[in-house]
Amino acid sequence: MSEAATQVGIARLRAAAVIRRAILDEATIRAALVEVPDPELPMLSVVDLGIVHRVDVPDGDGAIRVEILPTFVGCPALELIKAAIADRLAVFGRAVEVVATFEVPWTSERITAAGRRALRAAGIAPPGHPSTVGLIALEPRVRCPHCGSRDTVLDNLFGPTQCRTIRFCRACHQPFEAIKSV
Amino acid sequence: MTAAAPPIAGALALALDGLLRSMADDEFVIGFSDSEWTGIAPLLEEDVAMSSLAQDELGHAQALYALLADLTGTDADALAYDREPDAYRHCRLLDHGRGDWAMTIARRFLYDSADAVRLEALAEGSWAPLADLVAKLQREERYHRMHATAWFERLARGGDDARSRLITALDALGPDAATVFAPLPEDAALVDAGILAAPMADLETQWRAAIAPVFGALELPMPPAALAPERGRLDHGEAFRWLDTEFTMVRRSDPGATW
Repeated sequence: MSEAATQVGIARLRAAAVIRRAILDEATIRAALVEVPDPELPMLSVVDLGIVHRVDVPDGDGAIRVEILPTFVGCPALELIKAAIADRLAVFGRAVEVVATFEVPWTSERITAAGRRALRAAGIAPPGHPSTVGLIALEPRVRCPHCGSRDTVLDNLFGPTQCRTIRFCRACHQPFEAIKSV
Repeated sequence: MTAAAPPIAGALALALDGLLRSMADDEFVIGFSDSEWTGIAPLLEEDVAMSSLAQDELGHAQALYALLADLTGTDADALAYDREPDAYRHCRLLDHGRGDWAMTIARRFLYDSADAVRLEALAEGSWAPLADLVAKLQREERYHRMHATAWFERLARGGDDARSRLITALDALGPDAATVFAPLPEDAALVDAGILAAPMADLETQWRAAIAPVFGALELPMPPAALAPERGRLDHGEAFRWLDTEFTMVRRSDPGATW
């Protein structure tokens, strides 16, 4: 490459960096987070999972701060999620701070419509609406992600990760995982 | 987050330390006890369930130790692993060793039902870091209670062997069941500050009212009053010393290592 071309290339990169810095705002950060998958449910982004809480992009060069809501208190993937978010946001050239908070409880209602479709496509039933009273009707109607039948029964309240139960479909005779309603 | 938090000092600091320590140690010890079923539970489903319960409880302990560490300027791992066995403040209900499946279910039912009452009394508390965490814990503990209640009823109605094992377990654990509500140092300060809704003695009454219908329907003997409530979180015996050796083994193999 000629020296002139190199100079043009450098100038373009600088201009791009200036533009990026100029338009760096919360929406830009949230858009970037759509590209960060959850490690245990990689068909979902952290945005679709509903764990991104506050995003703060201060004026000037201060650190980008992202608050996330753990799905479960003891979620072992939390440190991986924090690191993945920091990695993705490193491109913006600022310090990144990712902190977990319980200020608002994560609930399974926070999973987006797109997230619910992605779960079903991967064979995992999205959560039903949690009941607020009693213990029995915890997950009243969960549809089989394979055949769509509502004739499904709980097989185990606990599953391969903290956020999942195991159910069985009486129509297509397949076991499947379902996200807990919390 | 809206109410002004009371300053944490003096008797209140001591009381909050005692409360967080007791709750964290309870969750830590029952979590490790549950994890002893990993690989050997009576059903594959229960292997998964007990392992998942253990993971939940250890996560709860970690979050509670983190609050205590912030409050006291210590380190959560040091709180969890570096104390002498006598310094743990879990309740004596959790000091009976793993036992058989009936023992495990009886312990979980007694503990989960009592813990639910304790969490309810903290959920609207004035100290936001704890109230926020408790709101989250309650959502997870509902699954634990469903599991424990289903198994408790299944064993009570499951024929002679299951029922007699459950009664043996309740005979052993019953006298220590109410130690979940053993008085804490300065716990009146928690009530005065609006962190805890009612004194521990009142919570025990609420818990007895909550479980009485279950025990009545199953024709099982209600747990008696604790023999020495003031020592309900002290004097941990041989079963806990063994468990302590197990759960500190890795930590002690290389003190101070970063994993």
